[in-house]
Amino acid sequence: MNFIFALLVATLFGSGAYMIMRRSIVKLLFGLILLGNAANLLIFLSASPVRGRSAIVPPGQKVLTPPHADPLGQALILTAIVISFGLLAFAIILVKRTYVAMDDDDLDQLDGGRPE
Amino acid sequence: MTVLAPVLWPLFVAALLLLAWRRPRLQRVGSVLGSFGHVWLSAELVRVVLANGLQVTELGGWRAPFGIVFVADRLGAAMAMVTAVVGLASTIYSVSGIDSRREAFGYHALVQVLLAGVCGAFLTGDLFNLYVWFEVMLMSSFVLLALGGEKKQMMGALQYVALNLISSIVFLSALGLLYGLVGSLNMADVAVRLPQAQNDGLVAAICSLLALAFGIKAAVFPVYVWLPSSYHTPPTIVSALFAGLLTKVGVYALIRSQVLFFDVSTPWMRLILLAVGILTMVFGVMGAVAQGGFRRVLSFHIVSQIGYMILGLAWMTPMALAATVFYVLHHILVKTNLFFIAGIARRHCHTEELSRMGGLYARYPGLALLFLIPAMSLAGLPPLSGFWAKLFILKAGVDLESWWPVVAALVVGFFTLFSMLKLWNEAFWKSPPEELPDKPDPAIGRQRWRVIPVVMLAGGTVAFGVFAGPVLDFSLEAAKELLNPQIYVDAVLGDRS
Repeated sequence: MNFIFALLVATLFGSGAYMIMRRSIVKLLFGLILLGNAANLLIFLSASPVRGRSAIVPPGQKVLTPPHADPLGQALILTAIVISFGLLAFAIILVKRTYVAMDDDDLDQLDGGRPE
Repeated sequence: MTVLAPVLWPLFVAALLLLAWRRPRLQRVGSVLGSFGHVWLSAELVRVVLANGLQVTELGGWRAPFGIVFVADRLGAAMAMVTAVVGLASTIYSVSGIDSRREAFGYHALVQVLLAGVCGAFLTGDLFNLYVWFEVMLMSSFVLLALGGEKKQMMGALQYVALNLISSIVFLSALGLLYGLVGSLNMADVAVRLPQAQNDGLVAAICSLLALAFGIKAAVFPVYVWLPSSYHTPPTIVSALFAGLLTKVGVYALIRSQVLFFDVSTPWMRLILLAVGILTMVFGVMGAVAQGGFRRVLSFHIVSQIGYMILGLAWMTPMALAATVFYVLHHILVKTNLFFIAGIARRHCHTEELSRMGGLYARYPGLALLFLIPAMSLAGLPPLSGFWAKLFILKAGVDLESWWPVVAALVVGFFTLFSMLKLWNEAFWKSPPEELPDKPDPAIGRQRWRVIPVVMLAGGTVAFGVFAGPVLDFSLEAAKELLNPQIYVDAVLGDRS
């Protein structure tokens, strides 16, 4: 199970890295989305998920008996998802505005550095 | 509560400013008054920290390491203080320095949110919370950078946004791995548990990922290119704020994380930092020499100066770390001021290209003299603050007999002087290429508002140079706190460690 997740994380990181190195701005955006999800899944994975054992104290017991899933790791991911959602919404608008301003999807034309 | 005040206050001011959405004049007044309050609150924090040592606030009564803590040590409190001062200077500058279109889209509130994010990053004691403050700061900086929507701005903003998003993702991945390894993200708790973690490979990976993430934000070699290609695109006031504060948040986070990993970090990390520091200095200054735009020259100098700070961090002796702290504090004031002056010069010459500027000394000798203070401080001429900052870094290097970085620092210092003289000659001294059109500027009547922060920050730079002794003592104390994490751990965890 964990091994499959690890493979998934690796694939997402790999394809995300590939996408951000392409020349198209839209693909840069897709790359960022993939990388963001890869990072979230990595947190999920390293907080050592346990299947079917949520962190709720069963009735009649005083304490949790390990092993149980770690809710804190998932709380971290939720926060990260919300934040990256906002950032990506902004990035999408920015990409659209840039595309309209440049009339081009090629990152190599994007040299804001040159004086006009 | 005192610890949280410099973080919450700007957010509160921002909320109030949003209420005055359609009243830009009211927003200007509110924003300046709010910044005065911010300076007062952070000065209060510095005073309390100096008097009583580390201050800790546990949010919502959740005890560390379970809840989020805010911690103010000397470094954090001083950074918050300088942030507030730069914020005040910027809000005064923006009374006349920002166009009404940007004002109408919430410029003033965004600046306050940015200040809250920066202060939050300086004062939090929790790594995941640090990530959140980074995002608060980035989001407002994204909007500030893109606000106005000129073509050039869009291009700069896209590079800035993309690189910073990547840096955030790297940071987040490092946090995930760290949480998996030690089961905590409270900085003090991590410092306690990390040496017990028997996994050198993973520790090295986390350490390098954090260094990469913060390195991108601090704009070090080889990930600095986003900075010079975006910082000259927005209005002057925005780039001045960014130039002063944002990269320094990256440097601050680098210092914190390296100190945290101090016990477990291997010698190769020191070596990498040393190489990165040298290359950042050299590439930054070489880039600056080749540039022809006022703000572009200054942008490359941000990169080159970051190199000095990284050197001090790589050496990691009390003297070196104190020199880095001194350097960061001095650099924030000087760099913001230089960008302010670049904006005023641009307003007078109607251009930012050095080849088409000139004659400012003849027409505005006062402005020219005001330029000389931060410029010569940046270049490191005595008795200004930059001289002491460089001297302390060099002294730390000489003490360690680490000759190559010392030689590099000296050479880079020489080129910095050269480049500042170029700015002086091109913009201020030489006669203008053609007679400048004496267009009456609609906002020129309020120009004096922009000179106030320049005078204020120049005064700060001079005071920094004159009182270098006390500031160095303060920095040495801050370095001592940093190098002895037990002080921090005891303050946060108490007897629970």
